[in-house]
Amino acid sequence: MPLARTYSVALIGVTGHVVEIEADIANGLPAVIVVGLPDTALREARDRIRAAITNSREEWPQRKITVGLSPASLPKRGSWFDLAIAIGILAAAGKVPRAAAARVMFFGELGLDGRLRPVRGVLPAVARAAEEGFGKVMVAEQNAAEAALVPGVRVIAVNSLTRAADWLRGLSGPDGQPAAVEYQGGQDLPGRAGRPGRNGKLASGGGAQAAGPGTAMAPDLAELLGQSMARRAAEVCAAGGHHLSLLGPPGAGKTMLAERIPTILPRLDRAAAFEVTAVHSVAGTLPAQVPLLEDPPFLAPHHTATKAAIVGGGSGVIRPGSASLAHRGVLFLDEAPEFARDVLDALRQPLEAGEVVVARSGITTRFPARFTLVLAANPCPCARVAGPSEGCSCSPATRRRYLGRISGPLLDRVDVKIELEPVSRKELLSDRTFSESSLTVARRVARARERAAHRLQGTPWRLNGEVPGSALRRTWPPAPGSLAVLERSLDRGLITARGVVKIVRVAWTLADLAGRPRPTRDDCDAALGLWLGVRR
Amino acid sequence: MHAKDVLGRSGEQAAAEYLESCGLRILDRNWRCATGEIDIVAVDRQALVVVEVKARTGMRYGGPLEAVSRAKRARLRRLAVQWLNAHGVRFDQVRIDVVGLIYDGTGGFSVEHIRGVG
Repeated sequence: MPLARTYSVALIGVTGHVVEIEADIANGLPAVIVVGLPDTALREARDRIRAAITNSREEWPQRKITVGLSPASLPKRGSWFDLAIAIGILAAAGKVPRAAAARVMFFGELGLDGRLRPVRGVLPAVARAAEEGFGKVMVAEQNAAEAALVPGVRVIAVNSLTRAADWLRGLSGPDGQPAAVEYQGGQDLPGRAGRPGRNGKLASGGGAQAAGPGTAMAPDLAELLGQSMARRAAEVCAAGGHHLSLLGPPGAGKTMLAERIPTILPRLDRAAAFEVTAVHSVAGTLPAQVPLLEDPPFLAPHHTATKAAIVGGGSGVIRPGSASLAHRGVLFLDEAPEFARDVLDALRQPLEAGEVVVARSGITTRFPARFTLVLAANPCPCARVAGPSEGCSCSPATRRRYLGRISGPLLDRVDVKIELEPVSRKELLSDRTFSESSLTVARRVARARERAAHRLQGTPWRLNGEVPGSALRRTWPPAPGSLAVLERSLDRGLITARGVVKIVRVAWTLADLAGRPRPTRDDCDAALGLWLGVRR
Repeated sequence: MHAKDVLGRSGEQAAAEYLESCGLRILDRNWRCATGEIDIVAVDRQALVVVEVKARTGMRYGGPLEAVSRAKRARLRRLAVQWLNAHGVRFDQVRIDVVGLIYDGTGGFSVEHIRGVG
């Protein structure tokens, strides 16, 4: 029976699903039929694959070819399955051994000339293949480093369909070299044995440029003049994964501060780095030289961004948005009141759940989105320096309206709210050597995070900002009597019940930073101060 | 006569011989009407078979079988009806077959016969 099977993975968000590709060659007029919920790009695959096969000097079967992709209910998109289909057809025609073809997972797009092109989302797909017990994956050479991140998988990197077929036949390439380069997953690839330093930083939308400490361009917290309160707030937020809102006149250093938060965050651990890399792999924003993103991402979308750009979406292929790309990092919304209101409110759900759920008619997609939100806003639309001799002519009503664009429910989810004063002349001209560098602050942040992680051992949470209120009340209450002021504020309606939980979380972070075993009354009061923050 | 017509003619002859060797009875050849031409009309047991013959000297422009497009198959179906009407006969089944021939360079053809294509 001229039927062959190959396997690949379809990605829904960052979740992989194994897809079985069957190729059947039957008597009939030459035709290719692709069944199993393919989209337009996948249906076009038959023309692409045909050209690739003939241009690879393989014989195109002059028969009726039926390609079935199952499970048929799963939407399958794009050029991702080209290699798997082409190998399936060659195997069905008896040109490559069927048994060998069924033991390898294939990921790759074919060029008309038979070249194998890289695809997006290889890391989550290969991880899925490994979970399903597939020991071997075949990918394009450009995807090899990414695929080899997955431990226990043999990565077969080829650059063309010819090489792929030769490898399956057990032949060497036409030049006598091995047909494929093989890597053992989980072990470092040649060329990236040395740690690449902090060069995997991601930036977008006019944010900090990709450069780490040690290079001349590296942003450092020491460059921020004055603003001791704001620095402290940034430190607290970095240590506990709390959300931050910065309100202040232009030039006070809001953007500067926000861009420097990644420099005081610790590097991602392996599990987090995998999550972040998987999202960026699907989005196609992975830097070519850096297979694993180990630095917390920093995303600064422009305020004209749409809801789909922030939380993810799109018709057909659902792409992760900035909120997911900032997973385990910082999402910075500069000029927050200028963002469309529905865009800001769309962030409420990921802020609570730590993931984005995008529902479309065909499919519901989930992306991780556990980011630290940093909002920055001017106090009024005219944005003239407000001070003792202010040139601002905005009426109180105008100001209220402007800041009112950031909805109450969103602000209720921001743990730390800071008002920045304009930098005074004295601070501007003071000696910089006394301001702390990112490195110093990063050490304190790392220690506080360690303390929290130690306490949270055996739970799914790693940061104070992630602990749910119920667990906080049950397992980690602050010192007795320290909540007096909080309770009074709650009674007076100054804060919400959610607010209390958030304040206690921040209090824990303050205690962790100070090295205290549990939050004291001072910590709770300070946390309340950070929470109320902006005078409104 | 052009070279392609010579090839076509000899291809049709080879196809007819092949079909007869398979037990089909040839009723008509190169039957023309306003709609087009049927290369071979044959009978296979109870079925009327309308056969399209495609001959090629090589695979440079794709195989002979690929050249039978959807439109061509539709026309063959219409031609089959017209042939039946013109001859006033009835069959239980009507079938469209394609015979693809590739010239082997020594006066012979390699033959491929696909039954029931449309």
